[in-house]
Amino acid sequence: MMRRLSAFNLAALCAGLAFLYLPIVILIVYSFNASRLVAVWGGWSTHWYAELINDTPLLAAAFVSLRVAAIAASAATVLGTLAAVALTRFGRFRGRLSFASMIYAPLVMPEVITGLSMLLLFVAVSIDRGFWTLVVAHTTMAMCFVTVIVQSRLVDFDVSLEEAAMDLGAPPARTFLSVTLPLILPAVAASWMLAFALSLDDLVIASFTTGPGATTLPIRIYSEVRLGVSPEMNAVCSLMVGVVGVAVIAASLLTKLGAARGAPARV
Amino acid sequence: MKSTQRSWLAKLVVGVPYAWLIAFFFVPFLIVVKISLSQTAIAQPPYTPVLDLSAGWGGIVGFFAGLSFDNYVFLGSDPLYVLSYGKSVEIAALSTAMLLVIGYPIAYAMTRAPRRLQPVLLLLVILPFWTAFLIRIYAWINILQHDGPLNQLLLALHLVGEPPVWLSTNTAVYIGIVYSYLPFMVLPLYATLEKLDESLLEAAADLGCPRWRAFWLVTLPLSAPGVVAGALLCFIPAVGEFVIPDLLGGSRTAMIGQTIWTEFFANKDWPTASAVAVVLVCLLVTPIVVFQHQTMRSAEQGR
Amino acid sequence: MQDVSADRGFAKRDFAPWRDPTLKSLLRIEGLSKRFGAEAAVDGLSLDIYQGEFFALLGPSGCGKTTLLRMIAGFERPTAGRILLDGVDLAPVPPYRRPVNMMFQNYALFPHLTVEANIAFGLRQEGLPRVQIAARVADMLALVKLENLGRRKPHQLSGGQRQRVALARSLVKHPRVLLLDEPMAALDKKLRSETQFELMELQRRLGLTFIIVTHDQSEAMTLADRIAVMDRGRLIQVAPPAEIYERPNSRWVADFIGDVNLFEGRVGGDRLSVEGTALGRLRVADAIDAAPGATVWVAVRPEKLVITPGAAPNGQRDADNGAGATLVDIAYLGDLSVYRLRTDGGVPLQARSANTGRVGARGIGFNDKVWLSFPPEAAVVLTR
Repeated sequence: MMRRLSAFNLAALCAGLAFLYLPIVILIVYSFNASRLVAVWGGWSTHWYAELINDTPLLAAAFVSLRVAAIAASAATVLGTLAAVALTRFGRFRGRLSFASMIYAPLVMPEVITGLSMLLLFVAVSIDRGFWTLVVAHTTMAMCFVTVIVQSRLVDFDVSLEEAAMDLGAPPARTFLSVTLPLILPAVAASWMLAFALSLDDLVIASFTTGPGATTLPIRIYSEVRLGVSPEMNAVCSLMVGVVGVAVIAASLLTKLGAARGAPARV
Repeated sequence: MKSTQRSWLAKLVVGVPYAWLIAFFFVPFLIVVKISLSQTAIAQPPYTPVLDLSAGWGGIVGFFAGLSFDNYVFLGSDPLYVLSYGKSVEIAALSTAMLLVIGYPIAYAMTRAPRRLQPVLLLLVILPFWTAFLIRIYAWINILQHDGPLNQLLLALHLVGEPPVWLSTNTAVYIGIVYSYLPFMVLPLYATLEKLDESLLEAAADLGCPRWRAFWLVTLPLSAPGVVAGALLCFIPAVGEFVIPDLLGGSRTAMIGQTIWTEFFANKDWPTASAVAVVLVCLLVTPIVVFQHQTMRSAEQGR
Repeated sequence: MQDVSADRGFAKRDFAPWRDPTLKSLLRIEGLSKRFGAEAAVDGLSLDIYQGEFFALLGPSGCGKTTLLRMIAGFERPTAGRILLDGVDLAPVPPYRRPVNMMFQNYALFPHLTVEANIAFGLRQEGLPRVQIAARVADMLALVKLENLGRRKPHQLSGGQRQRVALARSLVKHPRVLLLDEPMAALDKKLRSETQFELMELQRRLGLTFIIVTHDQSEAMTLADRIAVMDRGRLIQVAPPAEIYERPNSRWVADFIGDVNLFEGRVGGDRLSVEGTALGRLRVADAIDAAPGATVWVAVRPEKLVITPGAAPNGQRDADNGAGATLVDIAYLGDLSVYRLRTDGGVPLQARSANTGRVGARGIGFNDKVWLSFPPEAAVVLTR
């Protein structure tokens, strides 16, 4: 069948993408608005970005968010990959059903519930809430996403490669490290990035599980946003959009480059 | 490797994530249930009874004696909560329906695009998802403001006489949910539609079926798993949504996520908040189990 | 069943260790079974394979040959039975510690490693010094004639080249047994026959033991010293190719290997004839190992049928093992022709002969009346 977009499909695509991007574009445009009021266009200005540098609490919160995200993403990637390996390569082991249920449930569980329950856990065992409780919470939330992504990659993976490695004398751990992992690396990297974004982004769980001294960027933004629109917020948000946008595009270019160099994207 | 040799390494691979999840996902739930059976107290922690193992058997007995279903009775008696649950389910269901109507054509159009373009399209759909959730909601606050661009546009086009109020309405909440959850609907749909065997449609055409009918009889039913996955992936979290109704919605009736938040942070009433949460989980148990079952099945089938 | 192999010399080369009762087998399989649920993929199979053999497992899909191979490699655990290599039970030994290597059907080359790294992989697991590994890899590349391709990655190679890399990789560790899972399946016909001869030569030169799984009869016949014909998890016959072809032990084997004409009848009183077949009374050369009156089948290969144009020739003796027939169809295959005939009694038969002359000078054409016959020595009597 000819691969041609019908008019309807083309319209749907364009409308959909416009819907997705327009608010962000507007946000970015307004971050350059010299006037404080949204209603009035005061000309182009980067003055709000300059103000940001002086906003120490905001910068501190950003730094906290980045650190939490980096640690939680790494821990989540390790745990999630282990879980994915267990689910795809270990057949029907005892406890598999309950294990799988616990992996898939957090994907859909409303965040207020997971946040609340973890807070109550920390209180019950008398752990002070702060940076590390937040890291634990984000790790738990993100590992399930990692598992789903890595699992779908592992299921596709050609098992005969692992068998060949074992046949040639590599025990299971060595097989995983020398053969499987290098070939599923794009999926693992993608899930790290997803975990990072989820952590950076999260408001609800962070509100429940963090403590004094570990205020995250979303929490700060939220408290300001409740009071209404402000151009500094516009600037912060546009910056974050820019950073993330660049990172994602760079990552996908890197993946394409890796594919072009010879390691096939699909095994 | 269908090895039944349970080496210590294999036990570790399963054991570590399993233990983590038990500790940080399952046990917390049990604690929520326990707290929901407790009462508020002006103390640290702000609930009673507290299990004090050092008090021995008597302490344990006293602990269980202090639990009660009072909070649940309270929930049932105050219409505020019932209304909140109702509103949450209603908004989530309606939003999910809208997401389906909007998302399906987008996903379908993506699969009909030339193969080279598809990864790009996929990236474009996912990109907004990477930018912070909060930011995207905030972007809408910008737009929906009284003197924001939307109203400016409407006034300029003479579609309305005076600028309508968008913020703090249910409509804004719907817009917010549909906007934020769209990638969650489009991606599973795209994944399912993309795997659809084109030769099925060619066979239908060969047997005399017009295109729209082939879509109705072949494509639509075969995309059902994607529809179910997408719908549940949107509906379930939407029921417990907090940020969107808090920032964009009105204060008349709160969604259940807001109710939990208020009970917890504003009223400092942890037991009631826990009871509300437990009831919410019970409400959602059926869709969650269906989702888990569906995901497990499609994961095993190699997507 | 008579043992005709002793006097008929069925072995392919001067190599038949399975006939030496003093020799111990390299690989012994005892009562091996593998069940998946209620189904038995391999059912109570016992086999001895000797050092230096090129052994083929042949059978239709689903007969269990690949499952058997995988159990020897260690990727499937038997439900019952044992596998002994050099007298050692392999059951507790995981695949990465068995002195057995496998060449996979899809080659399973590591896409992220170069050809050299692929071949070196197994040696690196042994912890050999770098210099030694490099030397052995270079030797192996020369052996499979891929000297200049060491730096390439698998996706930069052709199908035939990839196959050689897979072979090199599995040979470099000098395994006691090399398992080959349908190694030629992905190659085109011409490449296949070239590769087959190279493979045989390689095996003889290195003196290794190969076990090959294939569904291609001609491949098994070309390569193997002995063939094990399998069906539904069981061994039907294990013998050199010529014996399998000339002396099948059952109708199933006779029909599975090549084409055959089968005639059902009862053993005659003298046990040298079979009566009541569709062609009347048939005479055979060897005494039948069954009681007179028992039901047996006479198997005659198509190339053993002699076609004489015209009606029955003179001579009473020739009237046995013969019948008049009409030529219904001719399939011209270039080097030989396959004839479909129908006897005057309505029995369909197949004959074939080499096209020694040109087609025009064949002498028989469609719907011609011919006389079919075969000598008693060409017939094999099957009791099951």
